[in-house]
Amino acid sequence: MAGRARAKASTGSIEQLLAAKEIVIHCGSGGVGKTTTAAAAAAMAAVHLGGKVLVLTVDPARRLANALGLEEFGNVETQVPTEAFAEAGVEPRGELWAAMLDTKKSWDDLVAMHAPDAATRDAILDNPLYKNITGRFVQSHDYIAMERLYDIHASGRYDLIVVDTPPTRNAIDFLEAPERMADFFSSRLLRWLTVPARSRVLTMASKPFYSVADRILGSKFLEDIAEFFLLFQTMYDGFVERAQAVTRTLADSRTTFVVVSTLESAPVAEAEYFIDALEERRLHLGAVVLNKVLPAWFLEKGSTGAAKALVSKAPAIAGDLPPSLGEPEQVTRVLKEVGESFLNFQVVAKREAETRAELSSSPDVVATVPYFDSDITDLAGLLLLGEQIWS
Amino acid sequence: MTDLLDRRLLFVTGKGGVGKTTIAASLALLAAQRGKRTLVGEVDAKGNLADFYETGPTRFKEREVSPGLWAMSMNTEESLKEYLSLQLRLPLVAKIGPLARTFDFVANAAPGVKEILTVGKFLWEVRERSYDLVVVDAVATGHITGQLAAPSAIQELVQVGMVRDQTGWMLDILGDPAQTGVVIVSAPEEMPVNETLELVDSLQAETVVDLAAVVANRVLPELFGRGEEEVFDAIRALPEDTLAGLVGGPVKPLLDGAQLAVTLRRTRGHHLARLRAELPGGIPILYVPYLFQRSHGARATGQVAAHLGEELGY
Repeated sequence: MAGRARAKASTGSIEQLLAAKEIVIHCGSGGVGKTTTAAAAAAMAAVHLGGKVLVLTVDPARRLANALGLEEFGNVETQVPTEAFAEAGVEPRGELWAAMLDTKKSWDDLVAMHAPDAATRDAILDNPLYKNITGRFVQSHDYIAMERLYDIHASGRYDLIVVDTPPTRNAIDFLEAPERMADFFSSRLLRWLTVPARSRVLTMASKPFYSVADRILGSKFLEDIAEFFLLFQTMYDGFVERAQAVTRTLADSRTTFVVVSTLESAPVAEAEYFIDALEERRLHLGAVVLNKVLPAWFLEKGSTGAAKALVSKAPAIAGDLPPSLGEPEQVTRVLKEVGESFLNFQVVAKREAETRAELSSSPDVVATVPYFDSDITDLAGLLLLGEQIWS
Repeated sequence: MTDLLDRRLLFVTGKGGVGKTTIAASLALLAAQRGKRTLVGEVDAKGNLADFYETGPTRFKEREVSPGLWAMSMNTEESLKEYLSLQLRLPLVAKIGPLARTFDFVANAAPGVKEILTVGKFLWEVRERSYDLVVVDAVATGHITGQLAAPSAIQELVQVGMVRDQTGWMLDILGDPAQTGVVIVSAPEEMPVNETLELVDSLQAETVVDLAAVVANRVLPELFGRGEEEVFDAIRALPEDTLAGLVGGPVKPLLDGAQLAVTLRRTRGHHLARLRAELPGGIPILYVPYLFQRSHGARATGQVAAHLGEELGY
């Protein structure tokens, strides 16, 4: 991967990025700490930069809500109580708001907005296919996330919106979702499905595909789909227009992307894939945050030799230490464990350094967050993590 | 309890980053080593299952990657082609190509169709008895319920037609705990444990599939035995030069490293304890230690397989 051309990142800090942009989208594979990183960045912005900051999470993670002092996340934007900041011992310059994406609710809102009349709206909301699509259709999640982001941004209610996204491969879908939604609405199949049933039978006779589709899915099901899309068709113009506006927002100079990764091989591969995807689409890469990285002192000069000596000469060393420490056999065992454990972790630290060097061949890397040995359970912990990525 | 590897079909899922593919690859390898004709398939066509055996890329058409072990990558278009030629006995495979592509639209429009093409392919292999065991590197925790519930959803939505006819036998296999089970891969961290427990509930509420086992992956070793942590603390409290002089090098990173290992293990121990406490009784937990490895290739797959084998009492 080394040597490949990459999207140019701004050379500043995350602080600058958060101060200058209006939308900051965090992406990366699952389990790298994207949600927490996004929340930490938003909290830091609210504390230090001021203004009205919203963290919009797509991943339904409860812990974030707890850490922010909220009962739970809902589709409704909720302000993080000032007491939570007071408990953390800080006085924020701005306000921090949080919201989670509720796919079903967002779709319902969208339908209500685009439906030409109340009867169509109710017919769509009651359609069994609609319920199934909004609940299970995975891609609808991607589209609705972008749609919601666009909607909130356009409302002008916030100075800064920090967004957390589904895992990378989905996040690519997430970038393409508006376009795909527009394509879908103008597809040939949809046109065929939405012509009156009688002429459809005629078309069917001449096209093997349709007769096969009919045999596989059954005409009743096709009718259901047709009815659903016939209803949806009434919202076509509104949808396509919105999808295009959403696409423009992603490419806007006020929007930036932060790629989050650990230094394990699979997440790094996804991060590189995503960085390339951003470049291909001419989207702005703001920063790369490397999370859960082992401390640099695992690679301190001379430490390998010291650890090996500790293991091999443990009995002798134990004999030379003050006897008050404990039984010599016990001290020996402890010394051996310390040395062996260090060497074990060092293998991982070396691998991480190697991976990091490959990623750093471009100037994108602006922040490294060390391994936290305890969980983040409150705003103070979130801000502690925030300090690490800040400058 | 049915022995895990005596089932015919295992769906391996887990939160992103916990090592779901590692466990799927290793379970399949273990089964093959124990003489079972095994198929391992990844649902994500862009996945990296092939990296765990290091024998070149996997495709829809399965390939023997190790004695008795075949690997494949799911591709719903290919699966549809196979289905059409098997079911409709369409004479010309060439004609199915464009057909399948157009069908993609239906698959996107009609919920559950893509899912059923995925799950259906594996169920088909089980029904045809072409393998003793099929291991699926399935979708992550957030999507697995939808995928496994697809046959039921289709049965509700589609009243007639071939797809509907297929759901009956699929549900029979899926719902039979002697044949099919889900393996949830977790890790001793807060979110993976939360997601595991949430999935246990939603699997039961929304699907017919039995939960076979939970794998606690990347469990850190206990560094010190009884009374040894006090000794360690006393050593840490010594003037730095004392130990450094005896060792002949810097000892602070060594002691800090051990301290980090101890606190990490303790924090994670709490999450493991919660997993044990809140998991319904009778669900086995298989513990796989954290591997301090250079990479995650074939060697690591073999080591994890060995640990799983120990946990299963082999």
